[in-house]
Amino acid sequence: MEQLTCESGAVTLSAMRTGERGVVLGLDCGRGLRSRLASMGLTPGTEITMLQNFGHGPLIAKVRGARIALGRGEASKIYVQRVVERRPDGSDLSRLDA
Amino acid sequence: MGAICHDLTLETGTAMSEMLAGRPVLLALAGQPNVGKSTLFNLLTGLSQHVGNWPGKTIERKEGCFTFNDKLYRLVDLPGTYSLTANSAEEVIAREFIIRERPDVVIALVDAAILERSLYLVAELISLHVPLVIGLNMIDVAEREGTHIEPEVLEAALGVPVVPMVATHNIGVRELMEAVDRIVKGETTCEPKPPQIRADHQKVLREIEELIDGHVPSPYPQEWVALKLLEGDQEITRMMQESLPQERWAAVQSLLRAHDDALVAVASGRYEWIGRMVRAAVTRPRAGQISLTERLDQWATHPLWGLLVLGAILGAVFWLTYTVGSPLQEWLDVHVVGKAAWLVRAWLAQAPYWLSGLLADGIIGSAGAMLTFIPILVIFFTVMGILEDTGYMARAAYVMDGFMHIMGLHGKSFLPLCMGFGCNVPAVLGTRVIESRRARLLTMLLAPLVPCTARMAVLAFLAPAFFGPYAIYVSWGLILLALAVLVATGALINRTVFRGRRAAFIMELPLYHVPNWHTISLVVWQQTMAFVHKAGRVIVPVSVVVWALSVLPEGRLEASWLASFGRWLEPVGRLLMGFDWRLTVALLTSFIAKENSIATLGVLFGATAEAGLADRLRAAFPVPTGLAFLVVQMLFVPCVATVAALRRESASWKWTLFDLLLLLVISTAMGSVAFHLARVIGL
Repeated sequence: MEQLTCESGAVTLSAMRTGERGVVLGLDCGRGLRSRLASMGLTPGTEITMLQNFGHGPLIAKVRGARIALGRGEASKIYVQRVVERRPDGSDLSRLDA
Repeated sequence: MGAICHDLTLETGTAMSEMLAGRPVLLALAGQPNVGKSTLFNLLTGLSQHVGNWPGKTIERKEGCFTFNDKLYRLVDLPGTYSLTANSAEEVIAREFIIRERPDVVIALVDAAILERSLYLVAELISLHVPLVIGLNMIDVAEREGTHIEPEVLEAALGVPVVPMVATHNIGVRELMEAVDRIVKGETTCEPKPPQIRADHQKVLREIEELIDGHVPSPYPQEWVALKLLEGDQEITRMMQESLPQERWAAVQSLLRAHDDALVAVASGRYEWIGRMVRAAVTRPRAGQISLTERLDQWATHPLWGLLVLGAILGAVFWLTYTVGSPLQEWLDVHVVGKAAWLVRAWLAQAPYWLSGLLADGIIGSAGAMLTFIPILVIFFTVMGILEDTGYMARAAYVMDGFMHIMGLHGKSFLPLCMGFGCNVPAVLGTRVIESRRARLLTMLLAPLVPCTARMAVLAFLAPAFFGPYAIYVSWGLILLALAVLVATGALINRTVFRGRRAAFIMELPLYHVPNWHTISLVVWQQTMAFVHKAGRVIVPVSVVVWALSVLPEGRLEASWLASFGRWLEPVGRLLMGFDWRLTVALLTSFIAKENSIATLGVLFGATAEAGLADRLRAAFPVPTGLAFLVVQMLFVPCVATVAALRRESASWKWTLFDLLLLLVISTAMGSVAFHLARVIGL
C-alpha cells in the first residue's frame, strides 16, 4: 500500500510539477484575491493536485474536484506543502516518471 | 404579468383567472457558474421569459413565469457566483436580491460532480435564512466520474430538501418543483444548521455582534453582517461605518484589524461544515481513472496543440461564415432589401423625391443593412453558444492567456474579440463574459479594431481596383496591420490610462458535456432579438439623419450638405492622405454601415455597375491614395450599430467618445503614414 509522507519545506503552487500533490498552507496576497481563492476552495488544509504546469504561462490544478486555471502570478502567491507518495520500499513515486 | 406563462403541469382545468388571483410565488435561482442554471431556467420558463439588465448595471437579468400545480410562479435567475461576498457586482446583486426581495423559495443548484465546492454558495445562502431547495444537478456526470451521492443522506444532514437532477435531460425538474411546492404550502419546513466559524474566531465574532447589536439597518440579518465584517466585505463595512456611532465603529475597526486573517477562517469554517455534511452522503468507489475531460484537455489546453485546436475551430467558423453567411447576406441584400426599395420607389414614383428617398434609402436601406447581418450574427451566436455550453470556451481563454497579457488582458477577452471578425456588435456584447470591469472596458474599446465582414467586403472590392494581382497580399497585410494596431493600442491604453493594473486570472475549467440544443437555440434567439431591438432603435434614426444630410437641400449627393462638409475637409484630407472630398464623404457615410462607402463612391463617380467604379477609381487616384483609403477604412470609427453597443455596454458616453476619438486619430495617422511611405518608395 502507498504511504503518504510530507517532505519538509513549503513551495509556491507555481513550483509544483505536473502530477504532484500538495496541501495548501496559506495565501500570501491582498484581501480581494484571498477572498476569491478561498471561495473557490483554496483554504489552508485543502489538498491540491497539479494537472498541468509547463513552467511558463498559466497552470491548471485540481481543487476539491474542480479544475481551476490560475495565472502564474496568482499561483506564486499560494504556499503549498508538497505531498510525496512513497512505496513501501521508500522509492519516490512522483519522481519516477519525471 | 401579461405574459403567457409556461405550463409545466399540463393538467390544466383551473381557470386562468383563479390562478392569477393571488400574488405569484417568487422564486430565485442561485448557483455557481457552470452548474446548469440557464438550462434549468429555460426548462422552467420556456419562451415566457424577459431578458433585461439589473438596475444600473450591464449585467443580464432574466426573469420568467410558469405555472405548476395550478400555482403561478415568478422565477428570477440570479447571476452565477461562487460566493456572496462583495468581490464583484454579480455577488452584490445576488445577495441584495435575496435580502431585500425576500423570495418565497430560493432554488440552489449545485453540481454533483464537484459537490463540496458548489455547496460553498449553499453555506452562504443558509446564513441568510431563506427557504431553500437544493437541486443536485449532473448526478449522471458525478457517477461517471466515480462519485456516488445519496441525496436522502445529504438532505438529512443539511436539513434542506435535496432533489437529484439531470437538467439537460429534463430529469428531476418535476420533483424539484414538487419540493418547492411543499415548502410554499408549509408542508415541509427547512431547519438547516448554519455553518460555524472556525473555533479560534468564535470569540471575536461574538464581540462584533455585541458591538453592532441594534445598529444594523433592516432587513440585514445581524449575525450575517458580523460575519461579513470579519470577512472584510467592502460594501457591508461601508454600510456599518455609516450606521454605527463613532466610538462603536472604532472598537469594531480595532477588532477587525487584529483579526485580518479572519477571512480565511470564515471560508475554512464553511468548508469544514461542508465536509461534515457530505461525509456520510458521498462514496467514491473508484478513483484515479482518467476521465473524458482529462483526455480531451491533454490536447485542448496544451501550449502548442491547444493553439492548433483553437485555430482549427476558428478556421471552421470563418469557413462557415463565408460559405453560408456571406451568400445568405448577399441574397437578402439583393432579393429582399433591394426588391423592397425598388417596390417603394415604383409605388412612390409620383411622390416628391425626398419621400421615396427617405423610405427607400433612409429607412429601408438602414433597416435592411441590419437585416442582412442577421445570418452572420446567428452563425456567430450559435458557435459561441456551442463553445460555451460544451465547456470549450474556458480552454480557449486558457491557451490565449499568455498572448492577451501583452495588452494587460486575460484569455477571456480573446473570444469576444474573435467574434468581431463576424461583426463588431456581438464582440462588444460578448465582453459580458469578462468579470473585471477594467478588462471588460478595454476589450470593448479594442473590439472596433477587429476587421468585420463588412470592412472585409469593402477591402475585397477596392484592393483589386488599386493593386490588381497583388490585391490578395495587400488585403492580408491590411488585416494583419489592423490586428497589430489592436495589440499596440491595447498595450498602450493598458500602460497609460489603466496604469498596468490587471485583475487576477482565476477561472474554472468545467467538465466537457454534450451541448443542449434547447438552451443554445433560446440564447441565439434572445441575442439576435436583443441586437435587432437595441441596435435598430439607434441605427434607423441615425441613418435617416445621415441620409438626409447626403441629399438635402437639392436631392443630389454631389450638392448635398454632406458633400459641402467633405469639401470643407478636403485640404486636410489631401495634405494627410491625398484624399479628395469624395473619399472623405465615402468614409463619412460608412458610419451607417461599412459597406456604404462603396455605394457612395458609386454615386459620386457616376458608375452604375461595380466594375465601372473600379476602373474610374483607378483612373482618379494614384496607388498611395488608394492604399491610404484602405488603411483608414480598416481602422476608422466603427458603424453606428457598434457605437450604440459600446455606449450601452460601457454605460458611459465618456468612454464611448474617447474610443471614437482614439480611432479617428489612429486611422488618420496610420493612413497618413501609409500614404507618405508609399509615395517615398514610389508606388
